[in-house]
Amino acid sequence: MTHVRSLASLLVLTLMPGLTVADVGSRLWATGGVTTIEGSAGGGLVPMAVLSGYASDTEWGGTASLSRLTTDGYSFHGAGATVSAFNRVELSVARQTLDLDTLGASLGQDELAQTVYGLKVRAFGDLIYDPLGQWSVGIQHKRNTAEAISNAIGSRDNTGTDVYISGSRLFLAAVGGRNLLINGTLRATRANQTGLLGFGGDRNDDHELMAELSAGLLLNRHWLVGMEYRQKPDNLSFAREQDARDFFVAWFPHRRVSVTAAWVQLGDIAGLSDQQGPFAAIEASF
Amino acid sequence: MKIILAVLTSLLLLGGCQSPAPSAAAGEETLYNALGERSGIADIVEDMLYRIVEDPRLADDFRGIDVARFHRQLTDQLCHLSGGPCTYTGRSMEEAHAGMNVTEAQFNAVADHLVLAMETHSVPTGAQNRLLARLVPLHDRIVGH
Repeated sequence: MTHVRSLASLLVLTLMPGLTVADVGSRLWATGGVTTIEGSAGGGLVPMAVLSGYASDTEWGGTASLSRLTTDGYSFHGAGATVSAFNRVELSVARQTLDLDTLGASLGQDELAQTVYGLKVRAFGDLIYDPLGQWSVGIQHKRNTAEAISNAIGSRDNTGTDVYISGSRLFLAAVGGRNLLINGTLRATRANQTGLLGFGGDRNDDHELMAELSAGLLLNRHWLVGMEYRQKPDNLSFAREQDARDFFVAWFPHRRVSVTAAWVQLGDIAGLSDQQGPFAAIEASF
Repeated sequence: MKIILAVLTSLLLLGGCQSPAPSAAAGEETLYNALGERSGIADIVEDMLYRIVEDPRLADDFRGIDVARFHRQLTDQLCHLSGGPCTYTGRSMEEAHAGMNVTEAQFNAVADHLVLAMETHSVPTGAQNRLLARLVPLHDRIVGH
């Protein structure tokens, strides 16, 4: 309910004309992507090299977003905010909460939660105008606040830091006249289920390189459909982990608003097998 | 792991050699037609100019220009780029924008106005994107000079 209320005020704030909020930036429609569950701009699961919002070289801007994902055993809630400056640097913060609908009693916890602080820098290139695309490096510092459970399942730490490099390119008129967005991300991480189950474990305690891939087709400037694939480490013998994938539709009715729906397949989570379900997110840009 | 990386890299690098070259091909006529030929392009450019002069990001740089001449030259340029039977007689992009310090934001703003103008004139999405693809090479000749 608080989610709904804050969302409503968020939308009123950003849609209200005449407010002294800076004009939304100049970059082309939908080129800021949406907000990942870890807060960085990208798709739903995979960060991209693009920076959040629409800020171009002389502008700044940002986003605020809310997301929700329900599977058989869990409900996930995310809230994120970003600020981007000069199409060069993006700061983000995201709060993730995973309600243990099924496991709560056995693990003695109602929910798992973590906060992710992100920094992304565009190293070089441009999504559209550079034939090599746009390349960014990023860091995500994660602080899990449910200490008891991490210890209970054998993860080594409650905080962890991911480092990643992403390359993104928008191919204009690539498929049937439609623009094709391709992104690849390589991440060094030791996070279990993005960090919600802590960091490191008995099977592996080091940072490992994980590949992540996303592709989307802009049907027009309002609609982006696509899919994502994300490798995940498998550090805990208590809770084996598989790669994740999703199929998404993002709607950009206005430069200031986007709505994303997806079907997300996360594999096993903390012993509950084949967790998949619908994901929804809404985002405002300023 | 290595294979995925190789695929990723080649996917991303592929872009380097995939930019559509504006050469005489069967598709050329189609794009020019889809834009409504020269008169359609002239209407789009007119619409675009109205949007530009009302845009605080751009208005200052366009103040005092010979609007009729600018309209004619930009129409010819888009007509030529879309494969139409027009000749662009204006200055080179580098010359025309020398000393203006055109920013990315301004280039994007103009591109956005072009997209919205094309949309107003019912140009199909595919044709809009194909024209944008042909304008990409202009970016480096216009921005930052």
